[in-house]
Amino acid sequence: MSGLYEELKQQVAQERGVALATLVRSSSGQGIGAKLLVFPDKRFHGSFGFPELEARVVEDAEQAIWIGEPGTRLYTLGEETFEVFIEGFPPPPRLIIVGAGHIAIPLTTFARTLGYRVVVIDARAAFATRERFPHADELIVAWPDEVLVRMDLNPSTAVAILTHDPKFDEPSLKVVLSRPVGYVGAIGSRKTSQERNERLKQQGLTDEQLSRIHAPIGLNIGAKTPEEMALAIMAEIVASRYGKDRSAILDWSRK
Amino acid sequence: MRDILPDVERWRARGERVAVATVVSVAGSAPRRPGAKLAVSEKGEISGSVSGGCVEPAVIETALQVIKDGKPQMLEFGISEEENFEQIGLACGGTIHVFVERLDW
Repeated sequence: MSGLYEELKQQVAQERGVALATLVRSSSGQGIGAKLLVFPDKRFHGSFGFPELEARVVEDAEQAIWIGEPGTRLYTLGEETFEVFIEGFPPPPRLIIVGAGHIAIPLTTFARTLGYRVVVIDARAAFATRERFPHADELIVAWPDEVLVRMDLNPSTAVAILTHDPKFDEPSLKVVLSRPVGYVGAIGSRKTSQERNERLKQQGLTDEQLSRIHAPIGLNIGAKTPEEMALAIMAEIVASRYGKDRSAILDWSRK
Repeated sequence: MRDILPDVERWRARGERVAVATVVSVAGSAPRRPGAKLAVSEKGEISGSVSGGCVEPAVIETALQVIKDGKPQMLEFGISEEENFEQIGLACGGTIHVFVERLDW
């Protein structure tokens, strides 16, 4: 007993994200069944007995934490080949909604139904109330960027920025775009989004960072009511989680 | 993994040894995806599934062996349709690899 199983269980229970790599085949027959437990900061426990192989597997396993799609990979080291089964255990997906307005209410319901943890943040106490958001996992009345900066924002996190107010939206975007979040969407027309991008660029954000913003937020399904807009946003979040861009969504020939 | 955990914990709490079988690769269509797991206790109780029933008996037999000798095994299942009658195979014609190991790590 090396204790990796206990550690894996603990890491999963604490919703921190972890990957497990198992050596399932090797051309020499050596090391079969050996395991590495890989953490989000690329620390790992366990051993395969081949340091060079370990380094390469850790690299792939760290990515796999967030994808959560298990699979076997082939590695070649000189004459030897190895098959390693890598399994990611991402934390449960989480949606952070900045701005507790009328779209945020149905968005909270949809996200909860799809298994997301939902955090709603708004500085305006009149908006962020339990009466309006009975199903939110967390309801925080504070300046959104000050809350976001203290949160663990990882690839399992989606952020929908919905306040319509640059004094909340823009500082929030600056925090979120400096972290490896899985999805960032911001409300506003194409014109508003373009103007916002100009301002953020002047404040030092790069084109690469700005290109990560989904704006106008949501898929173009013709949404008119708050509920329909929430549906468009949630559908986009799901698509982005599975690596689909907007152009791939109606194309069944693309994976 | 999450689906088998409660049963695995129960068996281990009773002091039983456990083997875990995992689908590690799939070619063609197969009933379960890579990552699907079947856990087997020393007394032959099972939890989870690797194929929705077609290959479970063979996997359980191997798992009980692996619990005894501690040597991990790689199993391959999947045969052509004409051979499918009365043999272990997948109804839908794919090939799967199942890795069976003792939970002693």
